[in-house]
Amino acid sequence: MALKAKYDVIIIGSGPAGLAAAVAAKKEGAEDVLIVERDKELGGILLQCIHNGFGLETFKEDMPGPSYAQRFAQEALSLGVETLPDAMVLDVTSTRHLYAIGKWSGLVDLEARAIVLSMGCRERTRPQIRIPGTRPAGVYTAGTAQRFVNVEGWMPGKRFVILGSGDIGMIMARRLTFEGAKVERVLEIMPFLTGLTRNYVQCLLDYNIPLQLGHTVKRILGNHRVEAIEAVRVDAKWNPIPGTEEVIPCDTLLLSVGLTPENELSKKAGVLIDPVTGGPFVDEGMQTNVPGIFAAGNVVHVYDLVDWVTEAGYLAGRSAARFAIAERKRATGQVKLQAGDNVRYVVPQVMDREALAQSGQRLQMRVVKPIEEKVWVEIMDGQNLVARKGQRYARPGEMVTVDLPQKAYDAVQKADHLTVRVVKRGGE
Amino acid sequence: MAEEITKLICITCPMGCALQVTHDGKMVTKVEGSQCKKGVAYGEAEIKDPRRMVTSTVRVAGGGHPLVAVYTAAPIPKPLIFDLLAELRQVELHAPVKMGQVVVENALGTGVNVVASRDLPVA
Repeated sequence: MALKAKYDVIIIGSGPAGLAAAVAAKKEGAEDVLIVERDKELGGILLQCIHNGFGLETFKEDMPGPSYAQRFAQEALSLGVETLPDAMVLDVTSTRHLYAIGKWSGLVDLEARAIVLSMGCRERTRPQIRIPGTRPAGVYTAGTAQRFVNVEGWMPGKRFVILGSGDIGMIMARRLTFEGAKVERVLEIMPFLTGLTRNYVQCLLDYNIPLQLGHTVKRILGNHRVEAIEAVRVDAKWNPIPGTEEVIPCDTLLLSVGLTPENELSKKAGVLIDPVTGGPFVDEGMQTNVPGIFAAGNVVHVYDLVDWVTEAGYLAGRSAARFAIAERKRATGQVKLQAGDNVRYVVPQVMDREALAQSGQRLQMRVVKPIEEKVWVEIMDGQNLVARKGQRYARPGEMVTVDLPQKAYDAVQKADHLTVRVVKRGGE
Repeated sequence: MAEEITKLICITCPMGCALQVTHDGKMVTKVEGSQCKKGVAYGEAEIKDPRRMVTSTVRVAGGGHPLVAVYTAAPIPKPLIFDLLAELRQVELHAPVKMGQVVVENALGTGVNVVASRDLPVA
Protein backbone atom coordinates (compact mmCIF):
# COMPACT_ATOMS: atom_id res chain seq x y z
CA MET A 1 0.00 0.00 0.00
CA ALA A 2 1.30 3.43 -0.89
CA LEU A 3 1.71 5.60 2.15
CA LYS A 4 0.47 9.16 2.23
CA ALA A 5 2.78 11.93 3.38
CA LYS A 6 0.21 13.29 5.83
CA TYR A 7 -2.53 11.57 7.82
CA ASP A 8 -5.33 12.88 9.97
CA VAL A 9 -4.53 10.33 12.69
CA ILE A 10 -1.55 8.00 13.07
CA ILE A 11 -1.79 5.30 15.74
CA ILE A 12 1.30 3.60 17.13
CA GLY A 13 0.56 -0.01 18.10
CA SER A 14 -2.33 -2.28 17.09
CA GLY A 15 -3.29 -3.88 20.38
CA PRO A 16 -6.82 -3.42 21.75
CA ALA A 17 -6.25 0.30 22.46
CA GLY A 18 -4.83 1.07 19.03
CA LEU A 19 -7.49 -0.89 17.15
CA ALA A 20 -10.30 0.80 19.12
CA ALA A 21 -8.70 4.21 18.53
CA ALA A 22 -8.56 3.55 14.78
CA VAL A 23 -12.20 2.48 14.63
CA ALA A 24 -13.37 5.47 16.70
CA ALA A 25 -11.26 7.97 14.74
CA LYS A 26 -12.80 6.81 11.45
CA LYS A 27 -16.32 6.89 12.87
CA GLU A 28 -15.71 10.42 14.19
CA GLY A 29 -14.91 11.60 10.66
CA ALA A 30 -11.12 11.41 10.35
CA GLU A 31 -10.20 10.82 6.70
CA ASP A 32 -6.80 9.20 6.56
CA VAL A 33 -6.06 6.94 9.53
CA LEU A 34 -2.89 4.82 9.71
CA ILE A 35 -1.84 2.18 12.25
CA VAL A 36 1.89 1.47 12.52
CA GLU A 37 2.58 -1.97 14.04
CA ARG A 38 5.96 -3.59 14.70
CA ASP A 39 4.66 -7.16 14.44
CA LYS A 40 3.72 -8.73 11.11
CA GLU A 41 0.03 -8.80 12.00
CA LEU A 42 -2.46 -6.68 13.92
CA GLY A 43 -3.62 -7.50 17.44
CA GLY A 44 -0.68 -6.94 19.77
CA ILE A 45 -0.52 -9.09 22.88
CA LEU A 46 -4.11 -10.31 22.32
CA LEU A 47 -2.68 -12.73 19.75
CA GLN A 48 -0.84 -14.69 22.44
CA CYS A 49 -3.63 -14.44 25.04
CA ILE A 50 -5.41 -17.58 23.88
CA HIS A 51 -7.40 -17.98 27.11
CA ASN A 52 -11.07 -17.06 27.08
CA GLY A 53 -12.72 -14.25 29.02
CA PHE A 54 -12.39 -11.54 26.36
CA GLY A 55 -15.36 -9.68 24.93
CA LEU A 56 -17.82 -10.27 27.77
CA GLU A 57 -18.61 -6.54 27.94
CA THR A 58 -17.91 -5.45 24.36
CA PHE A 59 -19.46 -8.33 22.41
CA LYS A 60 -21.49 -10.06 25.19
CA GLU A 61 -19.61 -13.20 24.22
CA ASP A 62 -16.84 -15.19 25.90
CA MET A 63 -13.97 -15.46 23.44
CA PRO A 64 -10.18 -15.89 23.34
CA GLY A 65 -7.81 -12.96 22.71
CA PRO A 66 -7.10 -13.70 19.02
CA SER A 67 -10.83 -13.64 18.22
CA TYR A 68 -11.26 -10.32 19.99
CA ALA A 69 -8.32 -8.88 18.03
CA GLN A 70 -9.58 -10.19 14.70
CA ARG A 71 -13.06 -8.72 15.15
CA PHE A 72 -11.57 -5.28 15.80
CA ALA A 73 -8.98 -5.57 13.03
CA GLN A 74 -11.72 -6.51 10.55
CA GLU A 75 -13.87 -3.58 11.64
CA ALA A 76 -10.93 -1.16 11.32
CA LEU A 77 -10.01 -2.44 7.84
CA SER A 78 -13.62 -2.35 6.65
CA LEU A 79 -13.81 1.31 7.70
CA GLY A 80 -10.79 2.06 5.50
CA VAL A 81 -8.07 2.27 8.16
CA GLU A 82 -4.62 1.87 6.56
CA THR A 83 -1.92 -0.24 8.17
CA LEU A 84 1.87 -0.31 8.12
CA PRO A 85 2.82 -3.64 9.75
CA ASP A 86 6.33 -5.00 10.35
CA ALA A 87 7.55 -1.44 10.96
CA MET A 88 9.12 0.05 14.06
CA VAL A 89 8.56 3.66 14.99
CA LEU A 90 11.95 5.18 15.81
CA ASP A 91 11.01 8.74 16.65
CA VAL A 92 8.01 10.97 17.24
CA THR A 93 8.35 14.75 17.44
CA SER A 94 6.22 17.29 19.26
CA THR A 95 5.26 18.69 15.83
CA ARG A 96 3.75 15.25 15.06
CA HIS A 97 6.34 13.98 12.62
CA LEU A 98 6.95 10.29 12.87
CA TYR A 99 9.87 8.23 11.60
CA ALA A 100 9.52 4.48 11.19
CA ILE A 101 11.61 1.73 9.65
CA GLY A 102 10.37 -1.58 8.29
CA LYS A 103 11.53 -4.50 6.24
CA TRP A 104 9.16 -3.66 3.38
CA SER A 105 8.66 0.07 3.76
CA GLY A 106 12.26 1.11 4.40
CA LEU A 107 12.63 4.37 6.33
CA VAL A 108 9.45 6.41 6.21
CA ASP A 109 8.84 9.99 7.29
CA LEU A 110 5.19 10.58 8.11
CA GLU A 111 3.23 13.55 9.36
CA ALA A 112 -0.01 13.49 11.32
CA ARG A 113 -2.52 16.09 12.44
CA ALA A 114 -3.03 13.91 15.54
CA ILE A 115 -1.17 10.92 17.01
CA VAL A 116 -2.44 8.20 19.35
CA LEU A 117 0.22 6.49 21.46
CA SER A 118 -0.87 2.92 22.16
CA MET A 119 2.39 1.02 22.61
CA GLY A 120 1.30 -0.93 25.69
CA CYS A 121 3.75 -2.24 28.27
CA ARG A 122 6.95 -4.16 28.67
CA GLU A 123 7.31 -6.85 31.31
CA ARG A 124 9.57 -6.30 34.28
CA THR A 125 12.57 -8.60 34.12
CA ARG A 126 15.00 -10.27 36.49
CA PRO A 127 17.40 -7.28 36.77
CA GLN A 128 14.51 -5.00 37.72
CA ILE A 129 13.64 -7.12 40.74
CA ARG A 130 17.27 -8.03 41.51
CA ILE A 131 17.11 -11.77 42.19
CA PRO A 132 20.52 -12.97 43.44
CA GLY A 133 22.21 -16.18 42.33
CA THR A 134 23.78 -17.55 39.18
CA ARG A 135 22.67 -16.52 35.72
CA PRO A 136 21.66 -19.76 33.99
CA ALA A 137 19.33 -20.24 31.04
CA GLY A 138 15.72 -20.92 31.97
CA VAL A 139 14.58 -17.60 33.44
CA TYR A 140 11.81 -16.05 31.36
CA THR A 141 9.16 -13.41 31.76
CA ALA A 142 5.69 -14.99 31.74
CA GLY A 143 4.69 -13.11 28.59
CA THR A 144 7.71 -14.34 26.66
CA ALA A 145 6.92 -17.91 27.66
CA GLN A 146 3.30 -17.27 26.64
CA ARG A 147 4.40 -16.19 23.17
CA PHE A 148 6.68 -19.27 22.84
CA VAL A 149 3.99 -21.74 23.92
CA ASN A 150 0.90 -20.22 22.31
CA VAL A 151 2.17 -18.72 19.06
CA GLU A 152 5.56 -20.13 18.17
CA GLY A 153 5.14 -23.68 19.46
CA TRP A 154 8.07 -24.06 21.85
CA MET A 155 7.98 -25.32 25.45
CA PRO A 156 10.51 -23.37 27.51
CA GLY A 157 10.90 -26.12 30.15
CA LYS A 158 9.39 -29.10 31.98
CA ARG A 159 9.32 -28.15 35.68
CA PHE A 160 8.33 -24.61 36.51
CA VAL A 161 8.24 -22.23 39.42
CA ILE A 162 6.32 -19.02 38.77
CA LEU A 163 7.10 -15.85 40.70
CA GLY A 164 4.13 -13.49 40.90
CA SER A 165 0.41 -14.14 41.21
CA GLY A 166 -0.60 -11.67 38.51
CA ASP A 167 -3.05 -12.82 35.86
CA ILE A 168 -0.40 -13.70 33.27
CA GLY A 169 1.47 -15.84 35.82
CA MET A 170 -1.61 -17.81 36.88
CA ILE A 171 -2.86 -18.22 33.31
CA MET A 172 0.56 -19.54 32.28
CA ALA A 173 0.52 -21.99 35.21
CA ARG A 174 -2.62 -23.58 33.74
CA ARG A 175 -1.39 -23.35 30.16
CA LEU A 176 1.90 -25.11 30.95
CA THR A 177 -0.01 -27.80 32.86
CA PHE A 178 -2.18 -28.30 29.76
CA GLU A 179 0.96 -28.82 27.69
CA GLY A 180 2.31 -31.51 30.00
CA ALA A 181 4.64 -29.50 32.23
CA LYS A 182 4.68 -29.62 36.02
CA VAL A 183 4.18 -26.31 37.79
CA GLU A 184 5.70 -26.83 41.21
CA ARG A 185 4.70 -23.58 42.84
CA VAL A 186 3.42 -20.06 42.36
CA LEU A 187 5.11 -17.61 44.74
CA GLU A 188 3.76 -14.15 45.59
CA ILE A 189 5.73 -11.64 47.64
CA MET A 190 2.60 -9.72 48.69
CA PRO A 191 0.38 -11.13 51.47
CA PHE A 192 -2.52 -11.16 48.97
CA LEU A 193 -3.28 -12.34 45.43
CA THR A 194 -2.37 -9.71 42.83
CA GLY A 195 -4.44 -11.11 39.93
CA LEU A 196 -8.16 -11.78 39.61
CA THR A 197 -9.76 -14.20 42.07
CA ARG A 198 -11.41 -16.13 39.27
CA ASN A 199 -8.01 -16.84 37.76
CA TYR A 200 -6.88 -18.24 41.11
CA VAL A 201 -9.85 -20.63 40.99
CA GLN A 202 -9.81 -21.67 37.33
CA CYS A 203 -6.04 -21.66 36.81
CA LEU A 204 -4.53 -22.79 40.11
CA LEU A 205 -7.20 -24.44 42.32
CA ASP A 206 -8.65 -26.47 39.41
CA TYR A 207 -5.27 -28.10 38.79
CA ASN A 208 -3.96 -28.28 42.38
CA ILE A 209 -1.12 -25.85 41.72
CA PRO A 210 0.11 -24.59 45.10
CA LEU A 211 0.21 -20.83 45.73
CA GLN A 212 2.33 -19.37 48.53
CA LEU A 213 1.61 -15.79 49.54
CA GLY A 214 4.28 -13.73 51.31
CA HIS A 215 7.03 -15.69 49.58
CA THR A 216 9.67 -14.80 47.03
CA VAL A 217 12.71 -16.26 45.26
CA LYS A 218 15.80 -15.78 47.42
CA ARG A 219 18.20 -17.01 44.76
CA ILE A 220 18.47 -19.00 41.56
CA LEU A 221 20.59 -22.17 41.50
CA GLY A 222 22.24 -23.83 38.48
CA ASN A 223 25.16 -23.13 36.18
CA HIS A 224 24.14 -23.63 32.56
CA ARG A 225 20.46 -24.25 33.19
CA VAL A 226 18.23 -23.50 36.17
CA GLU A 227 18.42 -26.49 38.54
CA ALA A 228 16.38 -25.14 41.43
CA ILE A 229 15.28 -21.96 43.10
CA GLU A 230 15.40 -21.14 46.77
CA ALA A 231 12.05 -19.84 48.01
CA VAL A 232 11.78 -17.87 51.23
CA ARG A 233 9.07 -16.31 53.35
CA VAL A 234 9.23 -12.52 53.73
CA ASP A 235 8.15 -10.15 56.48
CA ALA A 236 5.95 -7.07 56.04
CA LYS A 237 8.95 -5.15 54.66
CA TRP A 238 9.78 -7.90 52.16
CA ASN A 239 12.87 -8.96 54.12
CA PRO A 240 13.55 -12.72 53.91
CA ILE A 241 12.87 -14.50 57.19
CA PRO A 242 15.93 -16.66 58.02
CA GLY A 243 15.14 -20.32 58.50
CA THR A 244 12.16 -20.36 56.12
CA GLU A 245 14.17 -21.17 53.00
CA GLU A 246 13.08 -24.07 50.80
CA VAL A 247 14.92 -25.35 47.75
CA ILE A 248 12.45 -26.21 44.97
CA PRO A 249 13.96 -28.24 42.11
CA CYS A 250 12.87 -26.94 38.69
CA ASP A 251 14.34 -26.19 35.27
CA THR A 252 12.52 -22.94 34.53
CA LEU A 253 11.54 -19.83 36.48
CA LEU A 254 8.82 -17.60 35.07
CA LEU A 255 8.57 -14.02 36.24
CA SER A 256 5.15 -12.39 36.38
CA VAL A 257 6.24 -9.40 38.38
CA GLY A 258 4.54 -6.44 36.83
CA LEU A 259 4.43 -4.33 33.70
CA THR A 260 6.03 -1.01 32.81
CA PRO A 261 4.33 1.30 30.29
CA GLU A 262 6.55 1.61 27.23
CA ASN A 263 7.00 5.36 26.84
CA GLU A 264 10.38 5.86 25.19
CA LEU A 265 8.67 7.34 22.11
CA SER A 266 6.34 9.48 24.23
CA LYS A 267 9.33 11.04 25.98
CA LYS A 268 11.00 11.83 22.64
CA ALA A 269 7.88 13.77 21.67
CA GLY A 270 8.08 15.79 24.89
CA VAL A 271 5.18 14.00 26.60
CA LEU A 272 5.30 14.35 30.38
CA ILE A 273 5.19 11.08 32.33
CA ASP A 274 3.42 10.61 35.67
CA PRO A 275 6.00 8.99 37.98
CA VAL A 276 3.28 6.96 39.71
CA THR A 277 1.66 5.33 36.66
CA GLY A 278 4.74 5.40 34.44
CA GLY A 279 2.41 6.65 31.69
CA PRO A 280 1.63 10.08 30.23
CA PHE A 281 -0.37 12.69 32.12
CA VAL A 282 -3.64 12.84 30.18
CA ASP A 283 -6.75 15.03 30.20
CA GLU A 284 -10.39 13.91 30.03
CA GLY A 285 -10.04 13.28 26.28
CA MET A 286 -6.80 11.29 26.71
CA GLN A 287 -4.70 14.17 25.34
CA THR A 288 -1.17 14.44 26.71
CA ASN A 289 0.55 17.75 27.52
CA VAL A 290 1.66 17.92 23.84
CA PRO A 291 -1.23 19.27 21.72
CA GLY A 292 -2.43 16.68 19.22
CA ILE A 293 -0.71 13.73 20.92
CA PHE A 294 -3.11 11.35 22.66
CA ALA A 295 -2.53 8.09 24.55
CA ALA A 296 -4.63 5.06 25.46
CA GLY A 297 -4.41 1.63 27.05
CA ASN A 298 -1.59 0.06 29.00
CA VAL A 299 0.81 2.78 27.85
CA VAL A 300 -1.15 5.13 30.17
CA HIS A 301 -1.65 2.78 33.12
CA VAL A 302 -1.94 -0.98 33.52
CA TYR A 303 -5.46 -2.37 33.01
CA ASP A 304 -6.82 -5.74 34.12
CA LEU A 305 -9.75 -5.96 31.67
CA VAL A 306 -9.50 -5.55 27.90
CA ASP A 307 -12.97 -4.01 27.68
CA TRP A 308 -11.74 -0.98 29.58
CA VAL A 309 -8.72 -0.71 27.30
CA THR A 310 -11.11 -0.69 24.35
CA GLU A 311 -13.13 2.11 26.00
CA ALA A 312 -9.97 4.16 26.51
CA GLY A 313 -9.00 3.54 22.88
CA TYR A 314 -12.40 4.72 21.65
CA LEU A 315 -12.09 7.90 23.68
CA ALA A 316 -8.56 8.67 22.48
CA GLY A 317 -9.51 7.92 18.87
CA ARG A 318 -12.53 10.24 18.99
CA SER A 319 -10.50 13.03 20.56
CA ALA A 320 -7.69 12.60 18.04
CA ALA A 321 -10.14 12.75 15.12
CA ARG A 322 -11.74 15.94 16.45
CA PHE A 323 -8.32 17.52 16.89
CA ALA A 324 -7.29 16.53 13.36
CA ILE A 325 -10.49 17.88 11.81
CA ALA A 326 -10.10 21.20 13.65
CA GLU A 327 -6.46 21.32 12.56
CA ARG A 328 -7.42 20.76 8.91
CA LYS A 329 -10.05 23.49 9.14
CA ARG A 330 -7.55 25.90 10.66
CA ALA A 331 -5.00 25.12 7.92
CA THR A 332 -7.49 25.72 5.09
CA GLY A 333 -8.40 29.03 6.75
CA GLN A 334 -4.86 30.25 6.06
CA VAL A 335 -3.11 31.35 2.91
CA LYS A 336 0.65 30.89 2.49
CA LEU A 337 2.84 33.84 1.49
CA GLN A 338 5.78 32.68 -0.62
CA ALA A 339 8.89 34.24 -2.07
CA GLY A 340 8.84 34.61 -5.90
CA ASP A 341 11.32 36.12 -8.40
CA ASN A 342 14.19 37.97 -6.71
CA VAL A 343 12.64 37.62 -3.23
CA ARG A 344 14.47 35.65 -0.54
CA TYR A 345 11.60 35.37 1.97
CA VAL A 346 8.34 36.97 3.04
CA VAL A 347 7.19 37.76 6.58
CA PRO A 348 4.58 36.80 7.67
CA GLN A 349 4.82 33.35 6.03
CA VAL A 350 1.08 32.62 6.48
CA MET A 351 -1.96 34.82 6.85
CA ASP A 352 -5.49 34.14 8.05
CA ARG A 353 -7.91 34.57 5.15
CA GLU A 354 -10.11 36.76 7.33
CA ALA A 355 -7.29 39.13 8.28
CA LEU A 356 -8.20 41.59 5.48
CA ALA A 357 -11.71 41.95 6.87
CA GLN A 358 -10.14 43.91 9.72
CA SER A 359 -7.43 45.90 7.95
CA GLY A 360 -4.85 45.84 5.17
CA GLN A 361 -1.73 43.76 5.85
CA ARG A 362 1.87 44.82 5.42
CA LEU A 363 4.28 42.23 4.01
CA GLN A 364 8.05 42.51 4.60
CA MET A 365 10.84 40.90 2.59
CA ARG A 366 14.36 41.11 1.30
CA VAL A 367 15.42 40.84 -2.32
CA VAL A 368 18.08 38.44 -3.58
CA LYS A 369 19.95 40.76 -5.99
CA PRO A 370 20.10 44.55 -6.34
CA ILE A 371 18.13 46.17 -9.17
CA GLU A 372 19.30 49.77 -9.75
CA GLU A 373 16.29 50.92 -11.75
CA LYS A 374 12.52 51.25 -11.26
CA VAL A 375 10.86 48.05 -10.00
CA TRP A 376 7.41 46.67 -9.22
CA VAL A 377 6.82 44.80 -5.96
CA GLU A 378 3.98 42.52 -6.96
CA ILE A 379 1.71 40.16 -5.01
CA MET A 380 0.52 37.41 -7.35
CA ASP A 381 -2.01 34.59 -7.21
CA GLY A 382 -0.44 32.40 -9.90
CA GLN A 383 -0.52 34.59 -13.06
CA ASN A 384 -3.06 37.04 -11.61
CA LEU A 385 -1.89 40.29 -10.08
CA VAL A 386 -3.47 40.95 -6.68
CA ALA A 387 -1.66 44.14 -5.67
CA ARG A 388 1.56 46.02 -6.44
CA LYS A 389 3.60 49.09 -5.66
CA GLY A 390 6.44 50.83 -7.46
CA GLN A 391 9.94 51.64 -6.11
CA ARG A 392 12.87 53.49 -7.64
CA TYR A 393 15.27 50.57 -6.90
CA ALA A 394 15.60 47.43 -4.71
CA ARG A 395 18.68 46.38 -2.73
CA PRO A 396 19.28 43.33 -0.45
CA GLY A 397 20.53 45.61 2.34
CA GLU A 398 17.24 47.52 2.48
CA MET A 399 14.08 45.78 3.60
CA VAL A 400 11.20 45.97 1.12
CA THR A 401 7.55 46.26 2.15
CA VAL A 402 4.30 46.04 0.28
CA ASP A 403 0.73 46.41 1.53
CA LEU A 404 -2.02 43.93 0.78
CA PRO A 405 -5.08 46.21 0.73
CA GLN A 406 -8.52 45.36 2.12
CA LYS A 407 -9.98 45.36 -1.38
CA ALA A 408 -7.88 42.22 -2.10
CA TYR A 409 -10.18 40.28 0.27
CA ASP A 410 -12.03 38.38 -2.49
CA ALA A 411 -8.83 37.53 -4.36
CA VAL A 412 -7.31 36.13 -1.15
CA GLN A 413 -10.32 33.87 -0.53
CA LYS A 414 -9.74 32.18 -3.91
CA ALA A 415 -5.95 31.75 -3.60
CA ASP A 416 -4.17 28.64 -2.35
CA HIS A 417 -1.05 30.73 -1.81
CA LEU A 418 0.26 34.16 -2.77
CA THR A 419 3.68 34.85 -4.28
CA VAL A 420 5.60 38.09 -3.93
CA ARG A 421 8.12 39.13 -6.61
CA VAL A 422 10.30 42.16 -7.29
CA VAL A 423 10.79 42.80 -11.02
CA LYS A 424 12.04 45.54 -13.31
CA ARG A 425 9.24 47.84 -14.44
CA GLY A 426 10.47 47.73 -18.03
CA GLY A 427 10.37 43.94 -18.04
CA GLU A 428 6.65 43.48 -17.40
CA MET B 1 -26.87 -39.18 52.98
CA ALA B 2 -25.85 -36.20 55.09
CA GLU B 3 -25.96 -32.60 53.93
CA GLU B 4 -22.62 -30.91 53.58
CA ILE B 5 -21.39 -27.38 52.86
CA THR B 6 -18.84 -26.75 50.11
CA LYS B 7 -17.08 -23.41 49.91
CA LEU B 8 -16.53 -22.10 46.38
CA ILE B 9 -15.36 -18.91 44.73
CA CYS B 10 -17.57 -17.82 41.85
CA ILE B 11 -15.69 -17.33 38.55
CA THR B 12 -18.54 -15.87 36.52
CA CYS B 13 -17.18 -12.33 36.78
CA PRO B 14 -14.14 -10.56 38.27
CA MET B 15 -15.98 -9.90 41.57
CA GLY B 16 -15.24 -13.43 42.79
CA CYS B 17 -18.01 -13.92 45.40
CA ALA B 18 -17.30 -16.46 48.17
CA LEU B 19 -20.12 -19.01 47.94
CA GLN B 20 -21.35 -21.54 50.50
CA VAL B 21 -23.20 -24.32 48.76
CA THR B 22 -25.33 -26.65 50.91
CA HIS B 23 -25.85 -30.00 49.18
CA ASP B 24 -26.48 -33.67 49.68
CA GLY B 25 -24.29 -35.40 47.16
CA LYS B 26 -25.21 -33.72 43.88
CA MET B 27 -28.51 -32.38 45.26
CA VAL B 28 -28.04 -28.67 45.94
CA THR B 29 -30.40 -27.21 48.54
CA LYS B 30 -28.93 -23.74 49.09
CA VAL B 31 -26.38 -21.32 47.57
CA GLU B 32 -25.35 -18.46 49.86
CA GLY B 33 -22.94 -15.55 49.53
CA SER B 34 -23.66 -14.68 45.93
CA GLN B 35 -24.30 -11.06 44.89
CA CYS B 36 -26.25 -12.03 41.78
CA LYS B 37 -28.25 -14.80 40.11
CA LYS B 38 -25.31 -15.95 38.03
CA GLY B 39 -23.53 -16.89 41.24
CA VAL B 40 -26.42 -19.12 42.33
CA ALA B 41 -26.39 -20.85 38.94
CA TYR B 42 -22.62 -21.26 39.13
CA GLY B 43 -22.79 -22.72 42.65
CA GLU B 44 -25.39 -25.29 41.60
CA ALA B 45 -23.62 -26.24 38.39
CA GLU B 46 -20.27 -26.52 40.15
CA ILE B 47 -21.68 -29.26 42.40
CA LYS B 48 -23.88 -31.04 39.83
CA ASP B 49 -21.80 -30.84 36.68
CA PRO B 50 -18.73 -28.58 36.86
CA ARG B 51 -17.71 -27.28 33.44
CA ARG B 52 -14.97 -25.13 31.97
CA MET B 53 -14.22 -23.51 28.67
CA VAL B 54 -10.99 -25.04 27.35
CA THR B 55 -8.53 -23.12 25.21
CA SER B 56 -5.44 -24.65 23.68
CA THR B 57 -3.60 -24.85 20.36
CA VAL B 58 -3.41 -27.28 17.45
CA ARG B 59 -0.74 -27.70 14.80
CA VAL B 60 -1.14 -26.01 11.44
CA ALA B 61 0.82 -26.85 8.30
CA GLY B 62 1.58 -24.11 5.80
CA GLY B 63 0.44 -21.12 7.86
CA GLY B 64 2.27 -18.04 9.11
CA HIS B 65 2.58 -19.68 12.53
CA PRO B 66 3.04 -23.39 13.41
CA LEU B 67 -0.01 -23.29 15.72
CA VAL B 68 -3.45 -21.82 15.90
CA ALA B 69 -5.37 -21.22 19.13
CA VAL B 70 -8.64 -23.16 19.46
CA TYR B 71 -11.40 -23.17 22.08
CA THR B 72 -14.51 -25.04 23.08
CA ALA B 73 -17.55 -23.14 21.82
CA ALA B 74 -19.21 -23.87 25.20
CA PRO B 75 -17.94 -25.16 28.56
CA ILE B 76 -17.28 -28.91 28.76
CA PRO B 77 -17.30 -31.18 31.87
CA LYS B 78 -14.17 -30.66 33.96
CA PRO B 79 -13.20 -34.35 34.14
CA LEU B 80 -12.87 -34.42 30.32
CA ILE B 81 -10.37 -31.56 30.02
CA PHE B 82 -7.21 -33.67 29.81
CA ASP B 83 -8.85 -36.18 27.45
CA LEU B 84 -9.75 -33.30 25.15
CA LEU B 85 -6.21 -31.91 25.31
CA ALA B 86 -4.85 -35.34 24.35
CA GLU B 87 -7.21 -35.43 21.38
CA LEU B 88 -6.21 -31.92 20.28
CA ARG B 89 -2.55 -33.04 20.22
CA GLN B 90 -3.48 -35.44 17.39
CA VAL B 91 -5.03 -32.70 15.24
CA GLU B 92 -3.16 -31.03 12.42
CA LEU B 93 -4.88 -28.40 10.26
CA HIS B 94 -3.78 -27.07 6.91
CA ALA B 95 -3.71 -23.35 6.17
CA PRO B 96 -5.77 -21.39 5.40
CA VAL B 97 -7.66 -21.59 8.70
CA LYS B 98 -10.73 -19.42 9.24
CA MET B 99 -11.96 -17.92 12.53
CA GLY B 100 -14.83 -20.04 13.88
CA GLN B 101 -13.88 -23.03 11.68
CA VAL B 102 -14.81 -26.31 13.43
CA VAL B 103 -11.63 -28.12 14.41
CA VAL B 104 -13.19 -31.03 16.32
CA GLU B 105 -16.91 -31.69 15.95
CA ASN B 106 -18.88 -32.92 18.97
CA ALA B 107 -15.71 -33.26 21.06
CA LEU B 108 -15.70 -36.50 23.15
CA GLY B 109 -19.45 -36.79 22.59
CA THR B 110 -20.19 -33.67 24.61
CA GLY B 111 -22.09 -32.01 21.78
CA VAL B 112 -19.60 -29.13 21.98
CA ASN B 113 -17.44 -28.17 18.99
CA VAL B 114 -13.85 -27.04 19.23
CA VAL B 115 -13.37 -24.03 16.95
CA ALA B 116 -10.47 -21.93 15.64
CA SER B 117 -9.93 -18.57 17.35
CA ARG B 118 -8.60 -16.70 14.32
CA ASP B 119 -7.75 -16.75 10.65
CA LEU B 120 -4.37 -18.16 9.69
CA PRO B 121 -3.74 -17.48 6.01
CA VAL B 122 -1.29 -19.45 3.89
CA ALA B 123 2.20 -18.12 4.55
